[in-house]
Amino acid sequence: MSVIHVDVVSATEEIYSGEANCVFAPATMGEIGVYPQHVPLISTLKPGEVRVETENGMESIFVSGGIIEVQPDTVTIFSDTAIRANDLDESKALEAKQRAEEAMSNAQSDQDVSTTQAALAESMAQLQMITKMRGKRR
Amino acid sequence: MAVGKEIRTQISSIQNTQKITSAMEMVAASKMKKAQDRMRASRPYSEKILNVIGHLTHAHSEFKHPYMTASTDVKRIGVIVISSDRGLCGGLNNNLFRSLLKDITVWQSDSIEIELCTIGKKATSFFKNTGLNIASVLTDIGDTPRFDDLLGVIKVMLDRYDAGELNQIMIAYNMFENTMTQVPTVKQIVPMEITETEGMDHYWDYIYEPDAEEALTALLVRYIEALVYQGIVENMACEQSSRMIAMKSATDNAGDMIKELGLIYNKARQAAITQEISEIVGGAAAV
Repeated sequence: MSVIHVDVVSATEEIYSGEANCVFAPATMGEIGVYPQHVPLISTLKPGEVRVETENGMESIFVSGGIIEVQPDTVTIFSDTAIRANDLDESKALEAKQRAEEAMSNAQSDQDVSTTQAALAESMAQLQMITKMRGKRR
Repeated sequence: MAVGKEIRTQISSIQNTQKITSAMEMVAASKMKKAQDRMRASRPYSEKILNVIGHLTHAHSEFKHPYMTASTDVKRIGVIVISSDRGLCGGLNNNLFRSLLKDITVWQSDSIEIELCTIGKKATSFFKNTGLNIASVLTDIGDTPRFDDLLGVIKVMLDRYDAGELNQIMIAYNMFENTMTQVPTVKQIVPMEITETEGMDHYWDYIYEPDAEEALTALLVRYIEALVYQGIVENMACEQSSRMIAMKSATDNAGDMIKELGLIYNKARQAAITQEISEIVGGAAAV
């Protein structure tokens, strides 16, 4: 059976690199399985588990969203290190703008609820994966 | 003995300063090591994304993303300036600001408007006084920059680019060459300067999920963020190595000063003793 080269990277580190029989990733439109000779594909990922099936068993990696690029012989997964959500990014942008205004004058800034919400969504996904892995072990 | 009391206090105060600078040197050396490791660790990400973008240029996509198409008429430029939060790191920040200001005057003479995004306290306080417009600010990054922190400032710039209020986004930071040399760098990040390479001529395109625009935007935004992150991490390695060198030369200078002052002190002491002896001898002769 042919193999496919898998790289999982995040902005701060290289998480996984090696050959695999197949890869499963949580794409936004539903989980996808990638075997060698897959057609080229680019998709966004949602928070969840990436499973890499190798000769020596299954490798499980948690990603908090990101991007997957598939080429016939390679798969590259860009894992996010940051928590993302549209309204959250918006609030961060606002904060940055506010800091600029503050620097120019001297105004006050305050926090937003969506920070907590997105953090909650991520820890929920993490929790789900942990309970799943515990179930497997028993 | 009362001789040279001022000199002695001066020596001891310089010794104290020397202790501080040598401690700072050691701290900077260990932080530099960590910063360099971080710099190396973040490289695969941006390299891999660059790979994918290379593939993208070969894919015959029906959708052309605005981040990849150069605009012909540049009226407003956004500049992301990365500096350190703290000083005492030699001429690092000032060299960068000076080379950026040179570029800015060139742009302004072409009647291009400039908008800044400052990262780090030094850049913020420096450019506040230049009268240039600052669109967003990020300070207090600490020793370990967090990706989350960058998203806001980058989004402000990209939003303005999307809205057509900016035609180009540049990044200014210190490039880490080695411990001794840091190169002030100003480079363009949006629109991307893509070099077409040969090969893979057959017709193909990606499957995009959910759709081309969304997937490409997500990818390109991450690439830009990775570039900025890389810039910050690199600037941090520069900051620490530059501080290490500055503190090392400060420690050396303090050593030289102590040596000189010690010489002066000993001379004064000897002069006082000689004088005393000659006074005693003179007194004895008089009797």
